[in-house]
Amino acid sequence: MAENIKMVEAPEGLAGEGFFATSLDKVVGLARSKSLWPLPFATSCCGIEFMATMAPHYDLARFGSERPSFSPRQADMLLVMGTIAKKMAPVLRQVYEQMAEPRWVIAVGACASSGGVFDTYSVLQGIDKVIPVDVYVPGCPPRPEQILDGIMKLQELVKNEAMSRRDSPEYKELLASYGINII
Amino acid sequence: MVSSNLDFIPILIQFVFVAVFIAGMIAVSHYVGPKRHSKNKDANFECGVKQYGNARIPFSVKYFLVAILFVLFDVEVIFLYPWAVNFRDFGMDGLWKMVMFMGLLLVGFFYIIKKGALEWE
Repeated sequence: MAENIKMVEAPEGLAGEGFFATSLDKVVGLARSKSLWPLPFATSCCGIEFMATMAPHYDLARFGSERPSFSPRQADMLLVMGTIAKKMAPVLRQVYEQMAEPRWVIAVGACASSGGVFDTYSVLQGIDKVIPVDVYVPGCPPRPEQILDGIMKLQELVKNEAMSRRDSPEYKELLASYGINII
Repeated sequence: MVSSNLDFIPILIQFVFVAVFIAGMIAVSHYVGPKRHSKNKDANFECGVKQYGNARIPFSVKYFLVAILFVLFDVEVIFLYPWAVNFRDFGMDGLWKMVMFMGLLLVGFFYIIKKGALEWE
């Protein structure tokens, strides 16, 4: 075995001869965080930086994002990369709403986080006006290392999220504040 | 060891087990799984835009014609196989019967060609 392979730390639990007992939330969180499948919502220049991130040199796939999907039903994290115009906002919202839980959103770049340099009548000043965002990656555009850093921060978030969060009233309130009413 | 029909019972048991297992898995995930619906979430995915109408379009009839004629003549070929195996035993009598059979189907084939049903345009 090579020495420079980083192994995932096992969560706290009771280990014994041939068994390991821990909480299901921790194990599921660990599994989810190491296999986040992205939905690349690439609009502008940040999308090009994302292409570089997916390419072999920076390689997002080694973080578990082996399968990017353009279908929201099969993706875990929505990566919004680029300027979102006000005309595009309902499309983005529909795509987010059609994602299957658990779902997370990363706003990559200044334009997705806050409208960026484009403080004008046609540009949405930050995607958190239409969908809830988990991680913001600043930059114009952010370097691939920064995008990877954002995804690693999301992995921390995912690892520590309880499985029952999506049924909790706080989550329902959060979505209701964006006009998404889950029955 | 003479094999009898009873030797195949384990296969039947395996088959039933697989069917019950699959149905059980689907049922369990249906009852135990989370259910979070909303009107937009259940709508068909159309890349975020509104869906207009359904996706049915007019369908060329030439595909159906080719397929159905293939099936017809393939069945005719299936009838030719036993005759080919027992060619000598059937003799002149068998030959005449088969010629009549194929002749009738040939008339049909002639009709198809004349009508241009196989024209792929």
